[in-house]
Amino acid sequence: MVFKQVSSPHGHARQKTGEIMQLVVLATLPGFLVLTYQFGWGLLINLLIATLSAISAEALVLKLRNRPIDFYLRDYSAVVTAVLLALALPPLAPWWLVVVATVFSIVIAKQLYGGLGSNPFNPAMVGYVVALISFPIEMTTWVTPISLLAADISHPGLLESLAIVFTDNSPVDGVTGATPLDLFKHNDGLLVEQIYQNNTLFSRASFAGVGWEWANVAFLIGGLALLKARVFTWHGPMAMLGTLALMSMLFWDGGSSNSPGSPIMHLFSGASMLGAFFIVTDPVSSTVSNRGRLIYGALIGLLVYVIRAWGSYPDAVAFAVLLGNFAAPFIDNYTVPRTYGHDKSRRATAKEKSE
Amino acid sequence: MTQSTVKEITANGVWRNNPALVQLLGLCPLLAVTSTVANALGLGLATLLVLVGSNTIVSLIRNHVGDAVRLPVFVMIIASFVTCTEMLMKAYTYELYQILGIFVPLIVTNCAILGRAEAFASKNPVGLAALDGLMMGFGFLLVLVVLGATRELLGQGTLFVDMNLLFGTIATNWLIQPFGENYSFLVFVLPPGAFLVTGLLIALKNMFDNIAKNRADAEREKVIKGAKRVRTTGHIS
Repeated sequence: MVFKQVSSPHGHARQKTGEIMQLVVLATLPGFLVLTYQFGWGLLINLLIATLSAISAEALVLKLRNRPIDFYLRDYSAVVTAVLLALALPPLAPWWLVVVATVFSIVIAKQLYGGLGSNPFNPAMVGYVVALISFPIEMTTWVTPISLLAADISHPGLLESLAIVFTDNSPVDGVTGATPLDLFKHNDGLLVEQIYQNNTLFSRASFAGVGWEWANVAFLIGGLALLKARVFTWHGPMAMLGTLALMSMLFWDGGSSNSPGSPIMHLFSGASMLGAFFIVTDPVSSTVSNRGRLIYGALIGLLVYVIRAWGSYPDAVAFAVLLGNFAAPFIDNYTVPRTYGHDKSRRATAKEKSE
Repeated sequence: MTQSTVKEITANGVWRNNPALVQLLGLCPLLAVTSTVANALGLGLATLLVLVGSNTIVSLIRNHVGDAVRLPVFVMIIASFVTCTEMLMKAYTYELYQILGIFVPLIVTNCAILGRAEAFASKNPVGLAALDGLMMGFGFLLVLVVLGATRELLGQGTLFVDMNLLFGTIATNWLIQPFGENYSFLVFVLPPGAFLVTGLLIALKNMFDNIAKNRADAEREKVIKGAKRVRTTGHIS
C-alpha cells in the first residue's frame, strides 16, 4: 500500500468564495422579506438598482484593470455589497442615491484598493457613510411600517414606487416617519414610559419597535443559520451584541428622560442584527484570530452604543464598523495566536531575532 | 542661465517634481482651502508670491549666512514675505482673506517653501532661484486650482463661485452651474473629498507618466536577436 505524502494545508476548503457569498445572500432573505412586507416595494427596487450598478461597476473596473471579468464576478462579492446596501438604504430613496452609494463602494472602497481581499474597509459601509454624509435629507427619510399607516393610506404600489424612485418625487405625506432610534435621539425631556405611550411605533410593538423588531429577528435567524453553516465563528457577533447589551444595561437607568433606551430596544432596533451577523463578520476587513474577533466585535458594539447615545446620528453601525476596520490591523498585531509547538504566542512588542 | 537649465527647472516645478503631486508638500492648505476655485486661486497666488520672494532673497544672502543659523534665517525671510502678502490681501481682497483665514499666515509653515529655500535657492544664483520659485509656485497653484475646480464642480455643482472676491466686479457673472441649482454632493466639499481627489490626481499624473515612458520605450531602437556587437577600436580622425 502506498501512503501518499501530502503537504499542508491538510484541511480541505469545502466551499469556494462564491459559494460562501451566495450563502450570505441567501441568509439575508428572511430579513429582506420582513423588511419588504413592512416597508413596501422600495426595497425590491433598491435591490435591483444596487445589484445592476454593482455588477456593471465591478465589470467596468475589472476591464480597466485588465483582470478576468468573469472569474471575479463569479465570487458574488459585488452582489453581497449590493444586497447589504439595498437593505441599509432607505426604501423609496431616489435612484441616483442608490447608484452613487453602490458605485462608490465598488469602485473606490474595493477595486481601487486592489479588489476583494485587499480592501481595508467594508465596501458597503463606505458607500453607506458617503451617502449619509452627502445626502442627509434623502438618507433620513424612512418609510412608516405598514401596520402603523393610517387606515386610508397605503404604501405606494409597484408602479407608483417606481415613479417616486425614478422621477425624484418625494414620497406621499403620511408614508414616511421617524424610526425608534430617531425618537430617542430627539427626546425632549420625556420619560421613556411617555415616549412609549405617545408613539404608536412603540405602543403597538411586541417588544422593541414596530417594523424593526421583526426585521432584526429575521436577520438574527439568518445569521444563526450562517453560524450553523460555519461561514463565520461566534466571536465577532456575540462580542458586538454582548457589549451593546451591556452598555445599554449600564446606562438604562430605569427609564428617566435621559435614558438612551432599553437593552431590548437597542438590540432589536436599527441595524444591530444586520451589523452583527453580516457586517462585523466580513472576513476581509475584520480581524483574523478568534481573540482578535472578540476585541474587534466588542469595540464595534461599544462604538455603536456611544454614538447612538451621545453622538449626533441616530444609528451608528456603519461608523462603528469603519472605525473598527481602522483598528483591525492593530488588534491583529497584538493578538497573534500561539503557533503549534510553542508555549506562548509571539508578543507583538518582541524584537525579531537577527540570526 | 542656459536654455536647458531653464527648461529643466520649468519641467521640474510644473510636472516632474511638482510640489503637491510628487513631493506631497504643503498638503495642509492643499486639502483645507480647495473647496472652490476662488479660494484655491487666492491661496495659490499668495504661496507663489512668497515662494518667488523668499527664493530670491535666500539666494542673495546664500554666501553670507553661516550654516548653523541658516534655517532660522530662512524662516524669518519667509515669515516677512508672508506678512507682506497677508497685508496685501487685507488691503485688496479683504473678503477672500477672511474666508482663507488662518491658512494665509500658515503659508509660513508650508514645507514646500522652506524645502525650496534649503534645496535649491541656497545653492544657486539669483536668477535660477527666482525662476525655480516661480515654477514651483506655479506647479502648486496649478494643482490647487484643478483640485478646487473638481471639488467645487462635484461638491456644489458650481464653477467660479465668488470669483468677484479676487477679480472685482468684472467676475460677478462668471458663475456656471452645469447641473442646475439644487445639486449638492457634500462628500466632495468635506475633507474626505479633498483626499479622494488628490489621490486620483496623483494616479492620473502617474498614468500620463507611464504612457509617456511606454511610448519612449517603444520608440527606442530594438535590439535584434542574434545581431553582433560592433567593436570599436581605432580613432576616427
